[in-house]
Amino acid sequence: MTIAEIQDDIVDEFAMFDDWMQRYEYMIELGKSLPLIDEKYKVDDNLIKGCQSRVWVHAELNDDKLVFTADSDAIITKGIIAILIRAFSNQKPQDIIDADTAFIDQIGLKEHLSPTRANGLVSMIKELKMYAIAYQTQLN
Amino acid sequence: MIDIEKIRSDFPILKREINGYPLVYFDNAATSQTPKKVIDTIVDYYSNYNANIHRGVHTLSQEATDKYEEARKKIQQHFNIRKTHEVIFTSGTTHGINLVASGFSSLLNEGDELLVSAMEHHSNIVPWQMLAEKTGAILKVIPMNEKGELEMDAFERLLSLRTRMVFCNHISNALGTVNPIKQIIEKAHKVGAAVLIDGAQACPHLKPDLQELGVDFYTVSAHKMCGPTGVGVLYGKEEWLKKLPPYQGGGEMIAEVTWEKTTYADLPHKFEAGTPNIAGGIAFGAAIDYLNEVGMDEIAAWEKELLDYGTEKLQQIKGLKIYGTATEKTSVISFNIDGLHPYDIGTIIDKLGIAVRTGHHCAQPIMEYYKIPGTVRASFAFYNTKEEIDRLVEAVERARKMLL
Repeated sequence: MTIAEIQDDIVDEFAMFDDWMQRYEYMIELGKSLPLIDEKYKVDDNLIKGCQSRVWVHAELNDDKLVFTADSDAIITKGIIAILIRAFSNQKPQDIIDADTAFIDQIGLKEHLSPTRANGLVSMIKELKMYAIAYQTQLN
Repeated sequence: MIDIEKIRSDFPILKREINGYPLVYFDNAATSQTPKKVIDTIVDYYSNYNANIHRGVHTLSQEATDKYEEARKKIQQHFNIRKTHEVIFTSGTTHGINLVASGFSSLLNEGDELLVSAMEHHSNIVPWQMLAEKTGAILKVIPMNEKGELEMDAFERLLSLRTRMVFCNHISNALGTVNPIKQIIEKAHKVGAAVLIDGAQACPHLKPDLQELGVDFYTVSAHKMCGPTGVGVLYGKEEWLKKLPPYQGGGEMIAEVTWEKTTYADLPHKFEAGTPNIAGGIAFGAAIDYLNEVGMDEIAAWEKELLDYGTEKLQQIKGLKIYGTATEKTSVISFNIDGLHPYDIGTIIDKLGIAVRTGHHCAQPIMEYYKIPGTVRASFAFYNTKEEIDRLVEAVERARKMLL
């Protein structure tokens, strides 16, 4: 599936929820079920700065696709990471670079995009795209 | 006794709804809300006598100058300051601390010692670290105990003839501890050290008598005292303010400027370069009037009741731990719940219309002491109610069930 198709799926799933409570419960669920990152990658070098909760991201190339694993000490943040990983992991670096992020708004997480939100959703997306740029350069 | 309904009607923002719920505002330690009287003062300034001060001969300028200086006098009286020119208008506590730290760079020598308390806000740590780096002075930390109280024995052991300055907050923003500043000031003075007290958290709750305390420097911010943001006051003893060089150069702070030599204006203008926050200063005066109309003693009594009520109710939540259990404490409750991140709790209860602060509260050394990433901090003001605390408890309970 392309990034855009996966994002459409996520938007559809979130559309089933009537209120914020269900949306957050779902995100908490996603957070809890996020596959664990290998402990050896939970190091300061992989820490995203500017988050109120700690977020670690690790990226590695599998053939021509970029695979992300990540973790956080806050569960809602983990839920957001799970959504991002689902949308962006296992994709070609160039597709990740080109990907649109409007779906965040559509699933009602816009408030997490505000710069006053210290959870760093913006920083997370930036970090994923930075990895993609780095690996794309490597592939070229 | 406080007339809570009357007081709440003074604050337009308290009528707001957040996410469909009536706002419960428990982030008062970060910024207090603004009563209509203060808002009206700002509107009145811009509507009727907005002009630059201390310069113009025209009527508006004179009116603005009079009101601004009147505000300075109100602040002087409120804190029982000896002389009006010992009241320096600043942009807030951080500005005041930086002004003093910068001034001391010409007065310190390598090996001089500075003592700072373990429970300071970053704004009362970083300027002194910068000063130490610049001058070769040594920064030493007065430790605290598990309850969040300063270890006064250790403080006395740290004091020596090499100690040049001591910095401490009057009340800790993260823990609510009221520090024994009178004792700290007396002991520091015995070895000839100057003392700066960060009063940002204290002055919404109590009314320090600065002459009686004998403190050398004391800083406050208007926005924690029902005043506007971006304005504050630094009190300094006249002899110190005369000794310190100006902080910023510019207009307003000069006596005479020539290419050969510039002479500085007298106090307080020497430290007030540029056009100040005129509306803010005047509105700060109005905020002080408002607090005094409500009554500082009444405020303290009601907030104590809220603190006791909140502490008792929150403690009933399973796995909840309160950080900062000092015997002398103001209406700040910092807490965590076993297994939960403060950020998650803050996010959920915001959805329920409750504003608290989460994170390290700009006091990372405290978080490091307790080995936690941060806390949820509920800070109450005199316009808060027990019903609002009930809503907080209910919301935290709901968040706990959702998250665990």
